[in-house]
Amino acid sequence: MLLTLNHEQNGQITFKHGIHPEYYKELTQHLSVERMPFVEEYVLPLSQHIGAPSIAIVQKKQKVERGEMIAKPGGFVSVALHAPVSGTVTAIEASRHPNGQLLPAIRIKADPFATQRFEAKTPPVLEEMDQKQFVALVQSAGLVGLGGAAFPSHVKFSIPEGKHCKFLIINGCECEPFLTSDHRLMLEQAPQLIKGIKILARFLGVEKTFVGIEVNKADAIAGLQSLIQKEKTVMEVVPLQVKYPQGAEKMLITAILKKEVPSGKLPLDVETVVANVGTAVALADYFTRSQPLIERIVTVTGPGINRPANLMVPIGTPLHEVIETCGGLKPETTRILLGGPMMGVAQKNLEVPVLKGTSGVLALTGQEAREISTYKCVRCGRCLQACPTSLNPSLLGLLTRKGLYEEMKDEHLMDCIECACCSFVCPSGIPLVQGFRVAKAILREREAAA
Amino acid sequence: MGKLKIVLSTSPFIHQEEDTPWLMFQVVFALIPVMLASFYFFGLSALLICATAIFACLLTEWLFDRTESKGASLKEGSALITGILLALTLPPGFPLWMVFLGGVVSIALGKLMWGGLGQNVFNPALLGRAFLQAAFPTAITTWSAPDGQYLMPRGTNFAMPFMQGESLDTITTATPLALMKFEHQATEIRNLLFGNIGGSLGETCGIVIILAGIYLAYRKVIVWQIPVSIFLTVTVISGVLYLINPQIYPSPLFMMLSGGLLLGSVFMATDLVTSPVTIKGCWLFGAGIGMLVVLIRVFGGLPEGVMYAILLMNAVTPLINRVTQQKVYGT
Repeated sequence: MLLTLNHEQNGQITFKHGIHPEYYKELTQHLSVERMPFVEEYVLPLSQHIGAPSIAIVQKKQKVERGEMIAKPGGFVSVALHAPVSGTVTAIEASRHPNGQLLPAIRIKADPFATQRFEAKTPPVLEEMDQKQFVALVQSAGLVGLGGAAFPSHVKFSIPEGKHCKFLIINGCECEPFLTSDHRLMLEQAPQLIKGIKILARFLGVEKTFVGIEVNKADAIAGLQSLIQKEKTVMEVVPLQVKYPQGAEKMLITAILKKEVPSGKLPLDVETVVANVGTAVALADYFTRSQPLIERIVTVTGPGINRPANLMVPIGTPLHEVIETCGGLKPETTRILLGGPMMGVAQKNLEVPVLKGTSGVLALTGQEAREISTYKCVRCGRCLQACPTSLNPSLLGLLTRKGLYEEMKDEHLMDCIECACCSFVCPSGIPLVQGFRVAKAILREREAAA
Repeated sequence: MGKLKIVLSTSPFIHQEEDTPWLMFQVVFALIPVMLASFYFFGLSALLICATAIFACLLTEWLFDRTESKGASLKEGSALITGILLALTLPPGFPLWMVFLGGVVSIALGKLMWGGLGQNVFNPALLGRAFLQAAFPTAITTWSAPDGQYLMPRGTNFAMPFMQGESLDTITTATPLALMKFEHQATEIRNLLFGNIGGSLGETCGIVIILAGIYLAYRKVIVWQIPVSIFLTVTVISGVLYLINPQIYPSPLFMMLSGGLLLGSVFMATDLVTSPVTIKGCWLFGAGIGMLVVLIRVFGGLPEGVMYAILLMNAVTPLINRVTQQKVYGT
């Protein structure tokens, strides 16, 4: 049976609760993607994804080609890593990772005389491939979710025995303020995106694909709709209300399919797979010209950046090079983030590289990223009405302060998606989600120890 | 880039602009016209009572503030609201020393004893007023009519501590609710709306309170569901009674506009701290208050019941929060 939902065009489709932050997208949404010039050195951490780190298969002083595999998957939940440039491996050593830790990384010095052109090779023949081979190829292409979580794509795409996938949802929401990389990708690489979607839909065996896009990207919606006109029965663009966190996997499923993913379960339990638009394009790149994941679009923006831009950046480019390409920082910059302002990670050391999951580099000033004062909880209930999973963050916050983590579990802490809506709305400036992250980590550690 | 001062912290990095002091001062802002109306109707007496109550509340907050830097909690503005609200619930001829005592009790026993802002179960202003009602039942039910003598405070205002004071120079009157209850005599709606009646400082001019309430609901400072739920419940219950016997029972409109119902619904029942956190809970909370108000006014021994109705429902709030929990996603 084909699902026929009455999807209106006015952007009323959405999930429950959520917030409306200021978006600041006008800084970069009209700027075409530029190619970042090649720089001297690249740093490629072996863990750029969720799961086991990749295992290096190159040695120091070894020459590598752009697109050559330099590390193999370190397990099933792990992917391969490829050289973003032609050059020489200078070291495999502990380097500063954007998460703050010192982690092993492969350093490559770019060859100044190489053309750095990726030579397209004959792609694998799709017609002769089964599901298993497809999954293996996706893993060796180094594909991860490009929306920010960097979860290995092939794990999502492998359907266990007994399960099947009816719906594919392509995530083009880009609900984080400031970020426009997915928006530009949908505008500039629409044919490639559709190619990727078709490949994916074929191997997942889905009945229908939905592309969810927030209505503030009307040009992208119109562009894709005109391209898939003939395939209306199997592919549909769904205009969504502009609301954060619309792009969160569970919220997107609920908005489009009107179903909830059961607590502790995966989207596959409601017969759905969700993939980011960037992931779909990367998939198409691999299956049309054998190009693995070696570069991505990064939105470099924020009031602290002199020349905001959407850049095609080779993975592993150090942050300071990216910032310099965009004219450097303004003196009033107070924060530098990888990712969006709601879920991104603050950086102090600008030697850290752009990773596969880096959707944006933000330089914020004290004006948007204000220092806030903390007051006592006045039980206003705003966090309850903001939480997309309908938790009681006010109560959870109280329990965090008392260290009652087990009790927090009973209050559904583990269903928290860490979207930070609660902290955003709290008039008392209480670090709610910050505490929940710590509590979740402690509970996971305890579970692992037990 | 060496001179940059880069801050490390965890997400989110952006926040909504409205903070807790902003919320509190919006309420203060909305209370100003209500206070001005009371000055207009009750003259210098009203001004003195407001000033005394505010002074007592701020002083108590400052004296007992043991947290962080001394006086920091004053900036939150909550003690200021308590002071104004307490004053607005008192009769114009109320002795100032009692006002002061009420302010001290409101803050000390109503708020600080529980652990300060956000920790109290009962609305501090109403707790202070309940104390005054228990301690000085005569003084708090002696109502002087608006007399048009702005510069002449009522003599009883200056009663010596521990004395009631004598009301030689003022005309006492009954409140519309007392008239209704004991003599079945209704007051004109026009007077209820525009304030030319006996009563507490802040409860006589209905129209100002309604406008203030609309403003606060529009700025999303108060949860509009609470006052609306109260009004609906009061209308329905008193409407049924009125239909049964209009001779004995007051009309719904009279119920709504008389006494402290408007002031209580807009400013006290909506107190963030002592009302439920869920929207469903707010509907229930309002319905409970509405029901209790009608029950106390019509069948109880007192002419007015808003204060006790709100305090009783405050006590039930934690329970309401429990039973109206939102359904967690995916469960």
